[in-house]
Amino acid sequence: MSDRLPGFSTLAVHAGAQPDPTTGARATPIYQTTSFVFNDADHAASLFGLQAFGNIYTRIGNPTNAVLEERVAALEGGTAALAVASGHAAQVVILQQLLQPGDEFIAARKLYGGSINQFTHAFKSFGWNVVWADPDDIASFERAVTPRTKAIFIESIANPAGSITDIEAVSTVARKAGVPLIVDNTLASPYLIRPIDHGADIVVHSLTKFLGGHGNSLGGIIVDAGTFDWSTGGKYPMLSEPRPEYHGIRLQETFGNFAFAIACRVLGLRDLGPALSPFNAFMILTGIETLPLRMQKHCDNAKAVAEFLAGHPAVASVSYAGLPSDKYNQLARKYAPKGAGAVFTFSLKGGYDAGVNLVSKLQLFSHLANVGDTRSLVIHPASTTHSQLDDAAKVKSGAGPDVVRLSIGIEDKEDLIADLEQALGA
Amino acid sequence: MNHDAYPDNYIRGILNSVKSIAMVGASPVNVRPSYFAFKYLAQRGYDMIPVNPGHVGKELLGKPFVASLSDIGRPVDMIDIFRNSSHIMPVVEEALTLDPLPKVIWMQLGARDDAAAAKAESVGIKVVMNRCPKIEYGRLSSEISWMGVNSRTLSSKRAPAPTQGMRLSLNRMSVGGGDTAASDRAAKNKTGQS
Repeated sequence: MSDRLPGFSTLAVHAGAQPDPTTGARATPIYQTTSFVFNDADHAASLFGLQAFGNIYTRIGNPTNAVLEERVAALEGGTAALAVASGHAAQVVILQQLLQPGDEFIAARKLYGGSINQFTHAFKSFGWNVVWADPDDIASFERAVTPRTKAIFIESIANPAGSITDIEAVSTVARKAGVPLIVDNTLASPYLIRPIDHGADIVVHSLTKFLGGHGNSLGGIIVDAGTFDWSTGGKYPMLSEPRPEYHGIRLQETFGNFAFAIACRVLGLRDLGPALSPFNAFMILTGIETLPLRMQKHCDNAKAVAEFLAGHPAVASVSYAGLPSDKYNQLARKYAPKGAGAVFTFSLKGGYDAGVNLVSKLQLFSHLANVGDTRSLVIHPASTTHSQLDDAAKVKSGAGPDVVRLSIGIEDKEDLIADLEQALGA
Repeated sequence: MNHDAYPDNYIRGILNSVKSIAMVGASPVNVRPSYFAFKYLAQRGYDMIPVNPGHVGKELLGKPFVASLSDIGRPVDMIDIFRNSSHIMPVVEEALTLDPLPKVIWMQLGARDDAAAAKAESVGIKVVMNRCPKIEYGRLSSEISWMGVNSRTLSSKRAPAPTQGMRLSLNRMSVGGGDTAASDRAAKNKTGQS
């Protein structure tokens, strides 16, 4: 009962879970049910009015999902979390709480291609206007701030080239502008970087990647750092004003430092509907138990592969922040001392055709559009994940035509290097 | 006491030991936080006393309202103040005239008055500020975990399924205050305390 801090690996196994009260089951059960019975009419009314702790309907919350939520909140050092159907769904739910039609948010130009599309096209149709900034030029964030700016969005380790963002510097800009900093921590996972420790107010993940880790289940999660004051200036009415859906409750007043996570649940998930399947939550939870072991292996393998590629005569350049010569190496040493992640790019002297040739000859690497799997993966971003960008935007986001992206798995590194060697050599 | 980050054992000790709680500013309006905090604490077995001069003659969940702390007429263990920070001091001053003194003065989420706290602590009263006892009880028992809140506690024991009126064990292993240090720092900056 002493206030002792358990380590990261202990939290990865235990946080949020305890033996099932009814059966004693030690693994977290899959509560595969849509709904939960009420004790009586008063209990039902209390639950619907957000006055009592308990379950109503799986689109609002589910006991299996709740274990996943508390576990990721604990690993990130946040006050609460909300799991949803995908990382993309998480981004919609977050911005719905923050932006009204006509508002703006600033986003780093180097992002997962899917996020660039979502921000540019889908969100525009909601009247949420993205303003791009350059993560290598912090002043560009400052210049982008207007009175309509409601949030800043960055990736901790940025897709596709694995570049590292100076989270603290961007957080200073956000604080000065009076808006929350949202950090997509998918490629780092909390094992490598805990953005809240560096000034993030909201952390978002695609659970599909390293957290789940096995390439078998989609999921997304939103972590509330509990750091942002939503009440100032009436900028965030979803949190600060009486909510007509809930008899005039003010969420910040009622829920304090986890009000944002509650808003995402009771205003976002409840009304937009992207609920996570409890089965997926179970699969992802099982993955998280080994996150510290896997992530270290991913990073160690990635460094070995990057070193091999950097020395190969067919390779023009390698972008991996874990290499001492890389332009992001200083930031990697500061933010991710255990390893610079396992997703990075390299370019071939033979250009586009050499890239296509390499992908076709690889035997162990799988050619597919995902990252953060136990298996090693390869893709040509310019023709796939980033294909909807124009040529200039491709280059700006690090996905030029000669670039190949790798996501290094947890196989034996000697086998990965041998596979690359045979594919590059022939 | 460092009022920016309370050790779990401090909060746990208070919630495990007090039996009677006078809630100043309790509201009969069933969408106000004071109403549902009152209801929850009553359901978890605390002897609740609603204090609100505007509702004398009425009852809150079967408990008669009293106008002020001095009208309670029996010892109370804890005073839970559901008022804004600017209204804390007079309540604390009245509490200090009670005989016997309360053991705990608790100020709700959003309410903080360091001078009033220092006054109460100088006569041996434990003080909690800017917290909700319902949230803390729910957190330490992990009952709050249904909504994805980080309880900052762990347990490998099988807990009973909670039913209405049941006291829950708060004696889980604490992860400590460290994991929400960021939110504690933010609260500190907001109130201008150092």
